[in-house]
Amino acid sequence: MAVVHSAPKIASNQGVADVLGSALGKSLVSAKEEHGEIVLTVARDSIEDALRLLRDEHAYQQLVEIAGVDYPERAERFEVVYMLLSLTRNHRIMVKVNAAENTPVPTVTTLWPVAGWLEREVFDMYGVIFAGNPDLRRILTDYGFEGHPFRKDFPLTGYQELRYSEEEKRVVYEPVKLAQDFRSFDFMSPWEGADYVLPGDEKAAQNPATPPVAERKTTDSTKQTGGGAKANDEAAKGTAANPPAMVEKKGDSA
Amino acid sequence: MSMQLEQSPTTGDEVISNYTINFGPQHPAAHGVLRMVMELDGEIIERIDPHIGLLHRGTEKLIEHKTYLQALPYFDRLDYCSPLGMEYSYVLAIEKLLNLEVPLRAQYLRVLFAELTRICNHMLNLGSHVMDVGAMTPNLWLFEIREDCLNFFERASGARMHMAWFRPGGVHQDVPLKLLADIGDWLDTRLPRLFEDAMSLVVDNRIFKQRNVDIAHVSKEDAVAWGFSGPMIRGAGIPWDLRKSQPYDVYDRMDFEIPVGTRSDCYDRFMVRVEEVRQSAKIMKQCLAEMPEGPVSSTDRKVVPPGRGEMKQSMEALIHHFKLYTEGFHVPAGEVYVATESPKGEFGVYLVSDGSNKPYRCKIRPTAFSHLQAMDMMCKGHMLPDATAILGAIDVVFGECDR
Repeated sequence: MAVVHSAPKIASNQGVADVLGSALGKSLVSAKEEHGEIVLTVARDSIEDALRLLRDEHAYQQLVEIAGVDYPERAERFEVVYMLLSLTRNHRIMVKVNAAENTPVPTVTTLWPVAGWLEREVFDMYGVIFAGNPDLRRILTDYGFEGHPFRKDFPLTGYQELRYSEEEKRVVYEPVKLAQDFRSFDFMSPWEGADYVLPGDEKAAQNPATPPVAERKTTDSTKQTGGGAKANDEAAKGTAANPPAMVEKKGDSA
Repeated sequence: MSMQLEQSPTTGDEVISNYTINFGPQHPAAHGVLRMVMELDGEIIERIDPHIGLLHRGTEKLIEHKTYLQALPYFDRLDYCSPLGMEYSYVLAIEKLLNLEVPLRAQYLRVLFAELTRICNHMLNLGSHVMDVGAMTPNLWLFEIREDCLNFFERASGARMHMAWFRPGGVHQDVPLKLLADIGDWLDTRLPRLFEDAMSLVVDNRIFKQRNVDIAHVSKEDAVAWGFSGPMIRGAGIPWDLRKSQPYDVYDRMDFEIPVGTRSDCYDRFMVRVEEVRQSAKIMKQCLAEMPEGPVSSTDRKVVPPGRGEMKQSMEALIHHFKLYTEGFHVPAGEVYVATESPKGEFGVYLVSDGSNKPYRCKIRPTAFSHLQAMDMMCKGHMLPDATAILGAIDVVFGECDR
């Protein structure tokens, strides 16, 4: 597909995925190129070696970002995505590992000091453990916060709210109280892949439609229209739009 | 600033234990809600542990519950000093997933206003940096320019700060011709006069140099390893600017220079920003000169809603209008990471779509996060008052850092 968007242009992806894929060898799980992005999935235990290889031998000098993503339906529900940038080749790639709550990901703070906070953030938001990170504290959430708020099963409203209490002259934490129910709007069109039953449609399930007849009725010639002999004669005469010759012809072919 | 003494030194003792002081969370030089636990040996900083997240609002989670268009205004509220710079990465990420073509006039308008945002942002940063190290006047003068910028934003979008003016497919509305003429006049007369006036007080000022030169030296290797970007990496002498190396929209048609530092200290970072303001003005003049007539947003009616006049006349347009403002548009499944050169550095958006009308995941890559992480490395061995100069040269805004 021709690229018509005007998003940042980087050096060509031509052949890069193959070169990096073969360089990574058996630590590579899969490689794909979609939307102009090269995504390499590597085995979790070899992420440090893989990134070291990419940094030292393939000139991806900068670790720009580590992003966590949660896919609750997967066995290993988290993805940790490392965005790498090559300043010399002017190129970007993404490297991914999969992880579960109880499977630590080796830290990459040994390669880039910037990974320290980036890993702390993924830990804070998703609860992915980074083995070897010397300072894996929470970073963005409140002191004493419990849970991992960016998981898909964590409610948007959270569990705790805080307010200033005039009586106690301090900020107090309380279980969250919603003045109205949380409104999750569903903007999906009911005709395009909505997974719920429309009001009234449940009746269709209770009273299934009458089964179709065993033999379909067709009207192949004018004689079968059921109008009776008189109507058949009228039909045979034809009209201006449907001259008799055509009527006869249709009847014959049927 | 609260202060506690771990162990009282007594006269005659040779060993004086380190202080731990709490810088922030409310401190005028912290540029927002930043708490830094500092370990001091006398007045020398031994260790800094920045505590961030005091402004964490869960923007990324909120975005997962909104349609693509509804999520856009959250970006204004990240770095509220350069709102359009934040929107830019997001709309480009959506356009990349959709592979949506943007009309030329819209590309020029976006570049024009992104550069105006850069000037606007740098006015605030340069001014507050100067004020952090003791000078009052330049800040007030620079705010006059910032005020002009905000007025231009208001005339383009109706809002001074939270514009929500960049949209997937272009910009929301065309600008009046008079506004472009006024921006042109302003670039020729008012901006250089006010800006150079203010800078003449600062750049050769002895006190300003004493507070900034050779403060927080960062080597090129460190700048790369710590994930620096924007004026911070250019201050370290690496000519890296996404507008030049990975051009988006019409930046590849623009003729501009990238300033780099030579000594990689706070003064260089300041001066890089000063020169960037002049280069931004140069880019804006080219935009004004070259901008063609034409539509200001894509005519793909499955993404960009029709104008109000058309909506009142045509049934088809009414249906599109209704569908796009309720259900929104669907974005093909996939994932992209799009980064632009925001005034503070590389601002990236990692957008994961599952094919529905809401982002499955929208990870925002803030600029200040990695810069602030290096505070400990940059401050070590410097004096306590240097911390404010270093912080000012980072150009940190907590709306963006904490998200």
